[in-house]
Amino acid sequence: MAKLLFFVPEQASTVAPQVDLFFFFMVAISGFFSLLIAGLIIYFAIRYRDTRPSAEARRTDDIEDPTTHGHGEAPIVLEIVWTAIPFAITMVMFAWGTSLFFTLSRPPAGAMQINAVGKQWMWKFQHPEGVREINALHVPIGQNVKLTMGSEDVIHSFFVPAFRVKQDVVPGRYTQAWFRATKTGTFHLFCAEYCGTQHSGMIGWVTVMEPNEYEAWLAGGGAATGGQTLAQSGERLFSERACNTCHLPNGEGRGPSLVGLLGKTVKLEGGGTVVADESYVRESILNPAAKIVAGYSPQMPTFQGQLTEEQLLELIAYVRSLGATAGAEGKKP
Amino acid sequence: MKTSEALAEQPGPALQDFNYLNADYGIRSWLFTVDHKRIAILYLVVITMMFAVGGIFATMIRLELLTPKGDLVDADTYNKLFTMHGIVMVFFFLIPSIPATLGNFLIPLMVGARDLAFPRINLLSWYIYMIGALFGVYAIFAGGVDTGWTFYTPYSTSASQTQVIPTVFAAFVVGFSSILTGLNFIVTTHKMRAPGLTWFRLPLFVWAIYATSLIQMLATPVLAITLVLLLLERGLHIGIFDPKLGGDPVLFQHMFWFYSHPAVYIMVLPGMGVISEMVTCFSRNRIFGYKFICFSSLGIAVIGFLVWGHHLFVSGQSVYAGMLFSLLSYLVAIPSAIKVFNWTATLYKGRVSWQTPMLYVLGFIGLFTIGGLTGLFLAAIGLDVHLTDTYFVIAHFHYIMVGGTIMAYLGGLHFWWPKITGRLYPEFWAKIAAVIVFLGFNLTFFPQFLLGYMGMPRRYHEYPPEFQVLNVLSTAGASILAVGYMLPMIYLMWSMRYGPRASANPWNATGLEWQVPSPPPTYNFDEVPVVTEEPYAYDKPERRVA
Repeated sequence: MAKLLFFVPEQASTVAPQVDLFFFFMVAISGFFSLLIAGLIIYFAIRYRDTRPSAEARRTDDIEDPTTHGHGEAPIVLEIVWTAIPFAITMVMFAWGTSLFFTLSRPPAGAMQINAVGKQWMWKFQHPEGVREINALHVPIGQNVKLTMGSEDVIHSFFVPAFRVKQDVVPGRYTQAWFRATKTGTFHLFCAEYCGTQHSGMIGWVTVMEPNEYEAWLAGGGAATGGQTLAQSGERLFSERACNTCHLPNGEGRGPSLVGLLGKTVKLEGGGTVVADESYVRESILNPAAKIVAGYSPQMPTFQGQLTEEQLLELIAYVRSLGATAGAEGKKP
Repeated sequence: MKTSEALAEQPGPALQDFNYLNADYGIRSWLFTVDHKRIAILYLVVITMMFAVGGIFATMIRLELLTPKGDLVDADTYNKLFTMHGIVMVFFFLIPSIPATLGNFLIPLMVGARDLAFPRINLLSWYIYMIGALFGVYAIFAGGVDTGWTFYTPYSTSASQTQVIPTVFAAFVVGFSSILTGLNFIVTTHKMRAPGLTWFRLPLFVWAIYATSLIQMLATPVLAITLVLLLLERGLHIGIFDPKLGGDPVLFQHMFWFYSHPAVYIMVLPGMGVISEMVTCFSRNRIFGYKFICFSSLGIAVIGFLVWGHHLFVSGQSVYAGMLFSLLSYLVAIPSAIKVFNWTATLYKGRVSWQTPMLYVLGFIGLFTIGGLTGLFLAAIGLDVHLTDTYFVIAHFHYIMVGGTIMAYLGGLHFWWPKITGRLYPEFWAKIAAVIVFLGFNLTFFPQFLLGYMGMPRRYHEYPPEFQVLNVLSTAGASILAVGYMLPMIYLMWSMRYGPRASANPWNATGLEWQVPSPPPTYNFDEVPVVTEEPYAYDKPERRVA
């Protein structure tokens, strides 16, 4: 069906056919009602057209026989019917659209993690293996890919029409998107949130590859980064910035241990808890006093303005790697 | 033309020698007038100029988009063009359009009053509008602004190098004009109705303007607060919206849309009121479901305050907030659907005459239906992810704003033109123009739905070549639409001098405004009218001879 209609972009992700199916449902419903209304007004306008020759004729006519026309009182049952039917239909739309959104907005567990940073006017991507690319994103087919996205300056929006995926990239926090490509090839990547002069130039290509080609591509790109994975770059930063002097892995430093942190529920000083996701780690680096872990004092300096978004994401990749290797150990105490 | 002459000869109250137009002469008599009818004319003149300015920006946008490459203007200029098109059209044309011109002219006449409750405040609101407009025009000549009409932070507060401060100040100022106009209409509707004119005998135009005024009074102050915060952020870096200063950029979007979504209803509700008046008159039928249309206006005004978050589905707001806003957005669609069904049913067993205002009515119902139904696509949160910030959204809201509001505005202008000027417009040319507007509009904006689904983002100076065909169609449509808009400007001005004289009630319509001479005398009614029956009694013979 999609091939026949030129305005339907390629379906290159698992959600694309679901979105299109819903779209055609919406087209069918609204097409029906558009034609119904248009048909009725055209029919009524012709069927009941005032054909009396002149205004004067209408005037005398109206006076002499006022009962020749008029719909009379509006029957209340009709009003109820044409309130209830649209209401029922829109509730179906609501339920379907919302369930689709839950699919779109919840990355499946175990997805491959890629970072994206928007800045005026380019897209930067970091693969976990350390490969970086600009205005191009290479991903393997058939694998869930989760994007963690940040912005260096203003709001951008990551939009791949072929995947039916769009997510604003907001400075000061991380947003997420996910997709699972189902077709190899190259697809448009657009910035969909107006971001200044070269907004329409903030575009690129998403290349979907067979897994083995992707592996080969990664291996070829690794040299450009000095052969370090993202987590290794983060680890280097972690010691360069002396984070490791306080955040000791055994929990006996001046700062809390970061082992197994990501995803953990953290108790805060003064009560309350927070789930330590990427945004929390980011905030704790840039604004350490915002949420203090229970049992610690606010003595960490801020790194606001001293780290780029990409460096922050490298640090987070390092923290994530701690969780991956020592997750069980972190739960012991 | 023939019909017009026939109508002109109809009997009616004797033409008075003095009316509001010739009661006084000279520029002072206009600039210091407190007559609601003259103030309506003052608004008409300036908003028509604003419409022309916004139209020139639109023309340049469409010309640039004729080709994929950015070859007519550079990127910065293009960004300024769409920004200023939006700002001029929304704040300086659409929001004041029907309320400030037709509303100002008609509300006192329709309720049987000699003027609005606060004539001086009415004039003040025009001056406030003018001050706002001057700041806006200054900003344009000082280099323009490139933030988009939505002023999203932190682009507007820290990145943009353009005239953000005077533009935002202009929008801030013009809001007070809107608030005061709303206040005036509400008090007038409550306190100055003629004897016997109960709430359920009010014309539906008054109901629509009343609902609009509620929104103007309650929502516009929030815009004012938001814009002040924006100015403070840009000027003094107070750290409300800029994340580098500890602020939240999405907070701005919440505050902005808390006004700007209800503002959509400020723009379209008055148009619905105009349509309700005209559809009855030209079907010679009472309105179908009067009370349902009344309460649907109020329903839209109330629920319209609760749906702003549907502009933020992909902004990073919580999934559950998105779900709630989606649900509420579907609820606000129901009253609009009720109106469409009732207008359609009003034609049933009527005597439908295809005069120009009726052509606009039929066009409005069709275009508004498409605009409303495509809104359901965008309210579906999972589908909005793909569609938001694409040309689908552009097409959708132009179907509402242009296909809806401007069609209603033009129709209303034709309908009440004999009352306002005392002259009839040339029916032949008016019908031609109405058809051109309808066709040109559809050719301009329908292709944009397809472009949006293909994935063309909005606010793009350059675009991939596969989008070109549809863009060429859209630009071709825009040039037809431009002709459709220029024709009425020409023949309406022509008719002010050369058009046949209009009787008091050329359409044989109900409503108190048709019982005073055309044009009305300065104080409207010699005697306070007494209303004894419902509006739109088109099927009662005694009302048909005014």
